Amino acid sequence: MIGPATTAILSHWRRHPGQCLTLFLGLALATALWSGVQAINAEARAAYRQAASVLGQDQLARLDSPWGGPIPLADYINLRRAGYLVSPVIEGTLGTFRLLGIDPLTAPPEAQPTLLAEGALDVADFTSGAGLILLSADTLPETLPDGLPPVRTVKGLMPRTGITDIAIAARLLGQSDPSYLLVLPRQPAGLPDLAGNTPGLRLTEGGGFSTPGQLTDSFHLSLTAFGLLAFAVGLFIVHAATGLAFEQRRASFRTLRALGLPLRTLIAVLLAELLAFALIAGGVGLILGYAMAAVLMPGVAGTLRGLYGAEVSGEVLFRTEWGLAGLGIAVLGTVAAAGHGVLRVARLPLLAPAQPRAWAIASGQTMRWQSGAALVLFATAFALALFGTGLAGGFACLAALLIGAALALPPVLAAVLGAIRWPRAGPMAEWLWADTRQQLPGLSLALMALLLALAANIGVSTMVGSFRGTFLEWLDQRLASELYVTVRNKAEARALRDALSPRVDAILPVVSVAAVFYDMPADLYGIADHATYRDHWPLLSSEPDVWDRVARGTGILVNEQLARRTGLTLGDAIPLATDWDLPLVGVYPDYGNPAGQAIIGLDLFAERFPDIPHLALAIRTDPGSVPALIRDLQEAFALPPRFVVDQSQVKHISLQVFEQTFRITGALNALTLGVAAFALLTSLLTLSRMRLAQLAPVWAIGQTRRRLAVIEMVRSGVLTLLTFVLAIPVGLALARVLLTVVNVEAFGWRLPMRIFPADWLRLGLCALLAAALAEAWPAWCLARTAPAQLLKVFTSER
Amino acid sequence: MNAKVACLALLLSAGIAFAQGFAGLGTDAEGFLTPMPGPEFRFPRDHGAHLGYRIEWWYLTATLTDADGRDYGVQWTLFRSALEPRTIRGWRPGQIWMGHAGLTTDQAHFAAERFARGGLGQAGVTTDPFVAWIDDWAMTSRAEGGADALSLINVVARGLDFAYDLWLEAQGPPIFHGDGGFSVKSADGQASHYYSQPFYTVAGTLALPDGNIPVTGTAWLDREWSSRPLSPDQRGWDWFSLQFADGARMMGFGLRSDVRATFTAATWIAPDGTTTAYPDGALKLTPLGTRRVAGRQIPIRWRVELPARGVDVETAPLNPHSWMATTVPYWEGPIRFTGSHEGRGYLEMTGYE
Amino acid sequence: MLTVEDVSKIYQTREGPLTVLNGVSMNLQVGDTLALTGDSGAGKSTFLHLIGGLDCPDAGRITLAGIDLHGLDDGGQARMRCCMVGLIFQQFNLIPSLTVAQNMAFQARLAGRYNARFVTDLAVRLGLEQHLQHYPEQLSGGQQQRVAIGRTLAAKPRLILADEPTGSLDEATGDAVFTLLLGLAEDTGTAVLLVTHSTRLANRMGRRLHLRQGQLVVPAAPWAL
Repeated sequence: MIGPATTAILSHWRRHPGQCLTLFLGLALATALWSGVQAINAEARAAYRQAASVLGQDQLARLDSPWGGPIPLADYINLRRAGYLVSPVIEGTLGTFRLLGIDPLTAPPEAQPTLLAEGALDVADFTSGAGLILLSADTLPETLPDGLPPVRTVKGLMPRTGITDIAIAARLLGQSDPSYLLVLPRQPAGLPDLAGNTPGLRLTEGGGFSTPGQLTDSFHLSLTAFGLLAFAVGLFIVHAATGLAFEQRRASFRTLRALGLPLRTLIAVLLAELLAFALIAGGVGLILGYAMAAVLMPGVAGTLRGLYGAEVSGEVLFRTEWGLAGLGIAVLGTVAAAGHGVLRVARLPLLAPAQPRAWAIASGQTMRWQSGAALVLFATAFALALFGTGLAGGFACLAALLIGAALALPPVLAAVLGAIRWPRAGPMAEWLWADTRQQLPGLSLALMALLLALAANIGVSTMVGSFRGTFLEWLDQRLASELYVTVRNKAEARALRDALSPRVDAILPVVSVAAVFYDMPADLYGIADHATYRDHWPLLSSEPDVWDRVARGTGILVNEQLARRTGLTLGDAIPLATDWDLPLVGVYPDYGNPAGQAIIGLDLFAERFPDIPHLALAIRTDPGSVPALIRDLQEAFALPPRFVVDQSQVKHISLQVFEQTFRITGALNALTLGVAAFALLTSLLTLSRMRLAQLAPVWAIGQTRRRLAVIEMVRSGVLTLLTFVLAIPVGLALARVLLTVVNVEAFGWRLPMRIFPADWLRLGLCALLAAALAEAWPAWCLARTAPAQLLKVFTSER
Repeated sequence: MNAKVACLALLLSAGIAFAQGFAGLGTDAEGFLTPMPGPEFRFPRDHGAHLGYRIEWWYLTATLTDADGRDYGVQWTLFRSALEPRTIRGWRPGQIWMGHAGLTTDQAHFAAERFARGGLGQAGVTTDPFVAWIDDWAMTSRAEGGADALSLINVVARGLDFAYDLWLEAQGPPIFHGDGGFSVKSADGQASHYYSQPFYTVAGTLALPDGNIPVTGTAWLDREWSSRPLSPDQRGWDWFSLQFADGARMMGFGLRSDVRATFTAATWIAPDGTTTAYPDGALKLTPLGTRRVAGRQIPIRWRVELPARGVDVETAPLNPHSWMATTVPYWEGPIRFTGSHEGRGYLEMTGYE
Repeated sequence: MLTVEDVSKIYQTREGPLTVLNGVSMNLQVGDTLALTGDSGAGKSTFLHLIGGLDCPDAGRITLAGIDLHGLDDGGQARMRCCMVGLIFQQFNLIPSLTVAQNMAFQARLAGRYNARFVTDLAVRLGLEQHLQHYPEQLSGGQQQRVAIGRTLAAKPRLILADEPTGSLDEATGDAVFTLLLGLAEDTGTAVLLVTHSTRLANRMGRRLHLRQGQLVVPAAPWAL
């Protein structure tokens, strides 16, 4: 019995290959988007783990200077001479290249590159002679700084990070004092506790470092949310396809049962069929997801680098963790989406008339239920926006908002369609309107998907656009100087000043030192007292005499993210050293910077950090003279091009970083919209087969098939347009939550919201185009439907 | 104390990662001095480092006894290996220093190892006052007046689970091996400068996981430097130091070769410090039984014969598992011997893979 | 008013061409009522669809009110269906998304002949005045067919084509609905062409033709004349 039954049930797909393809594509797309996002996340997480473990930093305790500067070499030697097992690291950057100098003679195995620890690389080759620098294969050689030792590419390193012997790092970075000391996990017997014997140094236990973890979590959470959204949209497709397949096979099911096939067997066969679909389509989805991740990963890596300073490789590996999860969710999703159909088969009365009935027509009761749930969710979202805390609160708020909006869509659309009366509409318009309303339940799932995609699109693009606009304004204010010059040493700095003084309006040194505020790494800057800052430097809040106080050395400025993270307000005394604190006199926006930052007056800085040379100079001059200045500087001082940068170049680079940062967002947006359009297509296809009963009488009464097809197009357009209009407020609410809750939690800055109606217009046209494309196929089919097909409606059961 | 030369050389040939740091040195002595016959020793200068030579060590072994009569052995070694024949200030490693510390009881064997680059102060040797150190491990002269710097020294070291602090007083003069301190290592002419202080009496404390143990005993300090200590075919060696009841001492070693007969040499040291050097073949070393130690077959019992002095003894280790599980692993531990003579000594065996 | 000349219809099937109609001719005058009978699959419905402009003949000519139906394009045929012809089928005549009132007015409005009063009168005569705001799915089968009749008559067509209009109804209901249809057609002078299996219904028509092997014949049954 099972054999023939299976054959009978499966023969459906042979006769409906399009349906089979739809189901397959829906599942594969859903799995692809989900697992692609998961692959990206897994890759990035692996990169963070790796980053943290490059020097065993995730496990080893560390000694560093509480002021962020290097540790005096003598302190290191004294610790070793006292018997403590500590290993020095000299770390620094050459441009954007991160260099880690380790001492393989004292480093514990877990803090050494695998090659060294396992003995596959000679310590002598690493340490002596010209030395070696270990790089990951995806660090492009042409982007490397000059003067590096011979390169050896190894696996397991982050891009743009080189590991070399401490002696080479010391030479390249011009720093002989260790940046920090790794503390070996086991210390010799009989020594006093290290914690009490490191005057002037700070001991941090392993695992206590601020990794990019918390910050990047928000990014991955949002990626996951996108993935989930896309998966849900994909499930709409699956739901539509299986719903249709089950509906069309109802007669077969009944016949099979009447012939004596037990219900249990029938259900089992159907479940097996679904499982096979899930596994095969899910497998294809995994491959697609992998491909998608591989395409998107470089963008993600750029985002993570730009926004969070986290180094992630642009490669994607197939990992079982997301592979299995992807297949699992494909199976679960299939069962969830098709469960309704299976359930209906289970309840199918043996002798019920095979009256065709639209499978998805939702009753008014469903609408009421949806309205109620939507209201509860909106209330939840509102409460979360007001009282929620943390990133999780922000995302919960977003979720409640979006799901609520999706649930509210069918009742709202029904109400809108019901409320609008066209007093002078012709009979066809009246029919169109009435029919659209009636078709709503069948399309509501697809329209919900469309709403979510559109709202996400509007929300995210509003957020990005607001960010971009604010960022550009901020760049204009912040980059007031015409030229930025970096020199290599004090002598050069002096010579440069002498050479430039007569030719320019002002030479403003910019000095900085790595520091730690409230246990978080931050940069402390010293700036000159000049109109450049007084007139241009953007401030979010400040004391009235802010610039005077900074100039006098009696006040400090901090960036917004530092102020938010630590809850600082104006007037708070900020401890800079045990014997030194300054009141906060101003907070300035510092977009795009993952780290905390503070500014004090140049004189005070020079007094406190006399050894830090003034090597970075901002130069004010007539913009027209800049090209000549650059040329002269490069000739006179033989400065490499990147040491002399004019304002427009800096802006260009900043913008590039910015655009790179949000490329992934755009890509995911487009993908989600694409899937939503596909969901719409499948829903329309499904419905079009059931709509003959509605269309045939109109046709018979005197309409051409072509006109009907046009009307169908118009109907889809109307629904899409209405959905789009409703998506705008949802998208704006989404943007508002992103800007005022999520961004503040994730990045530490709050941005003013800007509205971009032109973008909406573009998106609206996109949505209409998507709807038109989705409707085009069913409409074309309708226009070509044979009259006999339509006539069958009147003469027999279909 | 030939063994140490070979130890470093072996590091090279063994192909072990760190060992290869010294690899270039094992086969050619370019830029470095070569030991020549007829060396003139001047102290305290020659207690210090000889940067012109590639490798050098300060190597102490002590046979100790506690109040209950239990035997112990202690090793303290500072190796110097030069990448360049000078000290460079800063991180660049002109000299690499390596410290080994061992402590043997009849039940356990403890070992520790340290590395350091020269030029920073983490490790080094000074002659006035004499200190040889790496991290907190140190051999420090406590001699006063015009006495030889090594006549009274304090030696400390510390591992993860042991430490020791020993005071050593020389009861005789330093002695010179081979031909006045020119010690030949192979028929090809490889040689080193080699002197010893074999007459230390020791008092001090061992810190073990179970507590501190006061000990007394004797000790032997080897000083040796060279640039090209071994022939390429020499793979390992067995080195003995023996103390006889009448106060005489004997040093003997055999260098095992892939292709030739074992090259042996011995020094007989009379109680007054007078030495007699015995050339290749005079000393005969015969393994009597092996035991599996750290995954290798190690000959832990030996027959040692020096017919010229009527010596024919069999040695037995205090602890067969005196295995130094360091970057380059080897066996080093206290022994007792019986036969024509009875007494205690130290045995080092390297190159057993 | 309706002239059918030498009309043939051949369906292409897997087993080869199947001639459903083979040179059929007939005509119908204003006010005529004609029953078309025949075995299942004899081509009755096909014939009806050809006359209604729902399908095209492979040969021959159909002229309705002097207009060659199949000389028209798709749009012209649709206009003919809308203005000249009223179609009543066995089931699914109604537009589910429109109320009874809207359904009844629909074709008349399309044809530009909507008269509110006339429609209301029709509703009363059809006994539908209580159901004007209901949707088709809320009505019984008989009521639905009455709405279909009302919709057709409201548009004042010249010819009503009815294909088993009472096929899905029980006999009593069917008779009642049929009586209404004939009565109203008579009142408005509308010609009726009925396709049916039912001799009882056929006998209530003015003329009767039988479709057999693609040819129209006058039935020889004694009750026919």
